Amino acid sequence: MGYPHLSHGRETPVISKYFGDAEARTLAGWQARGGYEVLRQALATDPVDVQNVVKDSGLRGRGGAGFPTGVKWSFMKPDGKTHYLCINADESEPGTFKDREIMRWTPHQLVEGAAVAAHAIYAETAYIYIRGEYTEPIARVREAVREAYAAGILGANAMGSGKRVDVHVHKGAGAYICGEETALMNSLEGRRGNPRIKPPFPAVAGLFAQPTTINNVETVCAAIHVLRNGADWYKSLSSPSNPKSTGTKLFSVCGNVARPGNYEVGMGFSMKEFLWDVCGGPPPGRSFKAIIPGGSSVPILTPEECEGAVMDYEGIQAAGSLLGSGGVICFDDTQDMVRQIARLARFYAHESCAQCTQCREGTAWTTKILERIRDGQGTMKDLDTLLEIADNMTGKTICVLSDSCATPVVSGLKKFRHEFEAKIPKNRSSVMVPSFTTAAA
Amino acid sequence: MSLHAIAPDGQDAHEAHAPVFVGARRTELDELLTRYPTKMAALLPALWMLQEDRGWVSPAGMNEVASVLELTPAYVQGVVTFYTMYHLHPVGKHFVQVCTTTPCNVCGAEDVVNAFLRETKCGELGVTSADGRFTVVEVECLGACGFATPVMVNDALVECVSVDSVQDLVAGLD
Repeated sequence: MGYPHLSHGRETPVISKYFGDAEARTLAGWQARGGYEVLRQALATDPVDVQNVVKDSGLRGRGGAGFPTGVKWSFMKPDGKTHYLCINADESEPGTFKDREIMRWTPHQLVEGAAVAAHAIYAETAYIYIRGEYTEPIARVREAVREAYAAGILGANAMGSGKRVDVHVHKGAGAYICGEETALMNSLEGRRGNPRIKPPFPAVAGLFAQPTTINNVETVCAAIHVLRNGADWYKSLSSPSNPKSTGTKLFSVCGNVARPGNYEVGMGFSMKEFLWDVCGGPPPGRSFKAIIPGGSSVPILTPEECEGAVMDYEGIQAAGSLLGSGGVICFDDTQDMVRQIARLARFYAHESCAQCTQCREGTAWTTKILERIRDGQGTMKDLDTLLEIADNMTGKTICVLSDSCATPVVSGLKKFRHEFEAKIPKNRSSVMVPSFTTAAA
Repeated sequence: MSLHAIAPDGQDAHEAHAPVFVGARRTELDELLTRYPTKMAALLPALWMLQEDRGWVSPAGMNEVASVLELTPAYVQGVVTFYTMYHLHPVGKHFVQVCTTTPCNVCGAEDVVNAFLRETKCGELGVTSADGRFTVVEVECLGACGFATPVMVNDALVECVSVDSVQDLVAGLD
């Protein structure tokens, strides 16, 4: 549902069905709504069969990369090694706040999803890594875990299955990069959150050098519903025209929009209907200037590009951007795009872990140049320099934070170049010489 | 960071430090250690305990954490400085973090920051007010973008703060 707004008739609430329903927060309330039955059945099922149902459903990772979840789980083989599950609840992609609501309203949904996923990958231990700023979600999930242990749902003999399932909450301490899966593992191990070079991939050597799967909060929650209702049911929730994107997706909508909030719609939903009807369009008296459809790291779209797009992995890609984490950021016609792109670059410069040169230097210089253009101190050559730096920042680093900084800059320059040029004083060909050095002349 | 940081009581941090990991806290840490195969994995949680009890992560506190987790002080300091939520110096009684990242920025977050600096009399970002009650900082994305502008006051998140609501919010803090 569109919490904090009323649910819209065109939504398909599956994961978000109980948002706003305080009773669903408790163990008793969750069980009264059918909770933990999927876990009970899953624990009695061979992990491969669990993996196969999820594979058949077409469920793809909801954290941003969109990797097929069942396939990811199937990388984990019963090899006798200790396996780990990490739930990525570090939700920190600007524009994204869906996992926050899942954890605030339905913490048991996450605990159940984590326990099911742990079983599916032959793991006994799941760590839920929640960003430190999420004080309420942390408290809610911790309470749910406590209740689940007390009821014997978790522990050495989970739900009487004879299998051990432990779920622990791990609190982050403020770092966007810890949402990158290998940085998350380093952080969980008590290290600086620097991303790791892959290979080895987490399924081979991840957390504590053991085979590890990292799943997003929304992904494991969706998996419960897939297992409860079947793969065919899940596929029926989305547009039949694209079998590659199935089920529902939670979109977080923010910025200059009439009704910001979380909305769950079937994959393949019309973006035009979503933005102008479900979310109420731009604030009264204004119009949209730009939309970032999948969190701050994806290319910026114009409203015209959004109008014909459908909201699934392939549809948004066809429109020139990415579905990403589903964080839809709206900019209206009063916004200065140079200023806002500069602010985005500053975010990435602040959050760079600084281990790769292209990122450490690239994010900092991109920010400096954008801010001087913003302040009327730029030159036309700066625009070329920005693109050169962006090129050097793309595809050359350990993780994609660097690429994520370059993306809005490149797409912003392409689509709003006139706004950049309008800020550059005419005939300025080099950086301004401070006045005191020329005073004598 | 100076090793001669002054603790809130005005004494040298090294001399003022009373151990955190004793009694109930030690029991809590011991329970925590059973959750992980390494002691190092308890580093972030241990630092959180230190900060909860003392209000900040002092050099002496880091030394104690290093000692109980069998790490070197330099290693602990290296980790602490990576994360933004650990305070490397004492902060005001009410630590105010205003999100100004793009989604909130387009909704006027910078005006909210300025209103806080004015109302708390902090004047400048990161500076604690003369009465020790407030420290205001800008923070990168709090993950509550649909509720612009979200503000954290210590552990409490306040949604939908506007320039007009700052005065009442500050007045409501003791």
